[in-house]
Amino acid sequence: MEKKLLTGNAAVARGAWEAGVRVVSAYPGTPSTEITEYAATYDEIYAEWAPNEKVAVESAIGASIGGARALAAMKHVGLNVAADPLFTVGYTGVNGGLVIVTADDPGMHSSQNEQDNRLYGRAAKVPVLEPSDSQEAKDFTKLAFAISEQFDTPVLLRLTTRISHSQSLVELGERQEKELAPYVKNAAKYVAMPANARKLHVTVEERLKNLAAYSETTELNRVEWGKDRKLGIIASGAVYQYVKEALPDVSVLKIGMAFPLPKQLITDFAAGVEKVIVIEELEAFIEDTIKSWGIAVTGKALFSPIGEIFTETIKEKILGEETTMLSGGENLPNRPPVLCPGCPHRGIFYVLHKLKLNVSGDIGCYTLAAVPPLNAMDTTICMGASIGVAHGMEKARGKDFSRKTVAVLGDSTFLHSGITGLINTVYNGSTVTTIILDNSITAMTGHQQNPATGKTAKGESAPSVDLEAMVRACGVKRVRVVDPFDLAATEQAVREEVAATEPSVIITKRPCILINRAAMKKPLVVEKEKCINCGICLGVGCPAIARKDGKAKIDVAQCVGCGVCASVCPKDAIVSREKDGE
Amino acid sequence: MTKQVTNVLIVGVGGQGTILASRILAAAAQRMAAEVKVSEIHGMAQRGGSVVTQVRFGEKVYSPIIQPGEADVILAFEKLEALRWIDYLTQDGAVIVNDQSLDPMPVSAGAAAYPEGIIQGLQAKAKKVVSVDALSLAQAAGNAKAVNVVLLGVLSQALGGGDDLWQEALAEAVPEKFLAVNKKAFALGRRL
Repeated sequence: MEKKLLTGNAAVARGAWEAGVRVVSAYPGTPSTEITEYAATYDEIYAEWAPNEKVAVESAIGASIGGARALAAMKHVGLNVAADPLFTVGYTGVNGGLVIVTADDPGMHSSQNEQDNRLYGRAAKVPVLEPSDSQEAKDFTKLAFAISEQFDTPVLLRLTTRISHSQSLVELGERQEKELAPYVKNAAKYVAMPANARKLHVTVEERLKNLAAYSETTELNRVEWGKDRKLGIIASGAVYQYVKEALPDVSVLKIGMAFPLPKQLITDFAAGVEKVIVIEELEAFIEDTIKSWGIAVTGKALFSPIGEIFTETIKEKILGEETTMLSGGENLPNRPPVLCPGCPHRGIFYVLHKLKLNVSGDIGCYTLAAVPPLNAMDTTICMGASIGVAHGMEKARGKDFSRKTVAVLGDSTFLHSGITGLINTVYNGSTVTTIILDNSITAMTGHQQNPATGKTAKGESAPSVDLEAMVRACGVKRVRVVDPFDLAATEQAVREEVAATEPSVIITKRPCILINRAAMKKPLVVEKEKCINCGICLGVGCPAIARKDGKAKIDVAQCVGCGVCASVCPKDAIVSREKDGE
Repeated sequence: MTKQVTNVLIVGVGGQGTILASRILAAAAQRMAAEVKVSEIHGMAQRGGSVVTQVRFGEKVYSPIIQPGEADVILAFEKLEALRWIDYLTQDGAVIVNDQSLDPMPVSAGAAAYPEGIIQGLQAKAKKVVSVDALSLAQAAGNAKAVNVVLLGVLSQALGGGDDLWQEALAEAVPEKFLAVNKKAFALGRRL
């Protein structure tokens, strides 16, 4: 059998393909994005980018009720958006198998919080599977579809960044086609109104008992007795690998099904060792359940609920071993990610910084404008929150506050969940100025298409949302479109719209430079004799400009000639290469 | 202590091509060992931040993550990044470092200074430091962007494995139209 090095995300997509999945719907979010990108490469799978995670799950639910095996994928916070359909499909159950993938981010490599989505499984009463490498990511995905159909339940497949983005060898299998299950009208099952839902809840509790019994015998949970019968470790996901590496001799109960947990298996394991320690990242999910059964275990008394757990942490906490390492990496200048040279966001955030406005921000590359030197973002809560937050600020502090405040969000984020906030400003009479940064792509997650880009996840052409017409249809009368590289026009638009005492929208329109390489020009140069070392150009926060020997200097390898720095230079010292004759 | 797993830490700056380098290395490692694991943190890698890729291979590899103090080789695409990750090196490990500096934002904005004497600093800490002018070699090979594959050529000497094995790995991981220039770049690095 062919073995291939795959990321966990690629393995999930492969597993879905092998399991005969027909429909995949998702909204991009690190670390989950590539699941859908890989799924889109299989001809047999219809894969799409939905406007948000709620729609993605609803689309997958429809495909399931329609008789197909279907999968929805998202990052952990995406499941908050999709929680509404999740909780009720937990009641209705499925027709074709339904798997919802949540990619959590312990350590917050690319997230605004580190919530533990195993808790969603318990809250929504749906089973949770946790693979610990790419082979398991593929195998568990296939098994999740079988469990979904056997127990008439959606299944939550929980990954973490280290599973999603680590590669390990995977044995590839063939696709097993799954015929569409018949579509049968069954209102008692699929119409979740009170009379039906009361009965469904009874079924759900029965189903949980059956799943708990399954958890006792499934190969997903297994005991690996070690030479050491004194200490028993319970672990799941990536942490299982760290445990095997740090403590090769101990006995391990590997949990692959985190909800419902196998009570008897755990009781027997605990009886077979002198002491049990649960090692789990984030919440004491497994530990608290075991404690509720009256079994003595430790876990969070040793391991923090904050961030990731690593091999060396386990060695230190269990064995008391200190890691020996070379010193010297301390106190170095850090290297945070920055807006790329040529980024269209640079111009608008320079203007917002210059005008000293309050900025209610959102989630995307442009969140990077919150750090020096731009310092042009005051709040970032969640996808689409910028407009609602700015609205609430006005309701608390009065209309004058909106004369120095803007809400800022990207095109994809606006379509995801910003539009409802905009409707609210019109309906409830606030005078917020919203700036939609239309860079024609979902850039932060690696350039995915969205409903405004004119392309689908499969790369086919699609109708694109007309953002200007859309915001007008929401009832906004003051709408204007500007090129964010035209700093003068951008500044004028911001000044005028912020001053207006009615809701307004500015759309800054310019594609992400990374999808618009044709717009890249020759690097600019600084005419040394004109440069007065005022440092204003450094304020645009471009990685291609630095101060060298008392003058501004442009790195030719990075500069793409966008001209934002040249626009702010008071001495016209930044010029195109041709003029300079260098 | 006998090492059953070889650990290579690849560090650099987003946009320098560390991902292609790790793909070629992983393809080679698959030919040298029963098990290979690679871990990357991406998401913001295109935006100029620190990037790190971990490659582990051997008979049996559990964790995809290298522990501090356990990297046999640090392959650094940029000097400051080499120093940033030095605590991951084993006591007798080697640092292969591209003799190039890229100013991070706090430095270009004037809020911090780029450390002086990094190569000497590395030499004072690590048993073996190989400093490479990879940019010149890449330019000599015909493409300044091939810095990553020049460095990989240097790494190939440190890790062993015959020419055929590395050539196969290159052919597997590098797109056809860039293969010729990358083979040249690799050879220049491997010859060092």
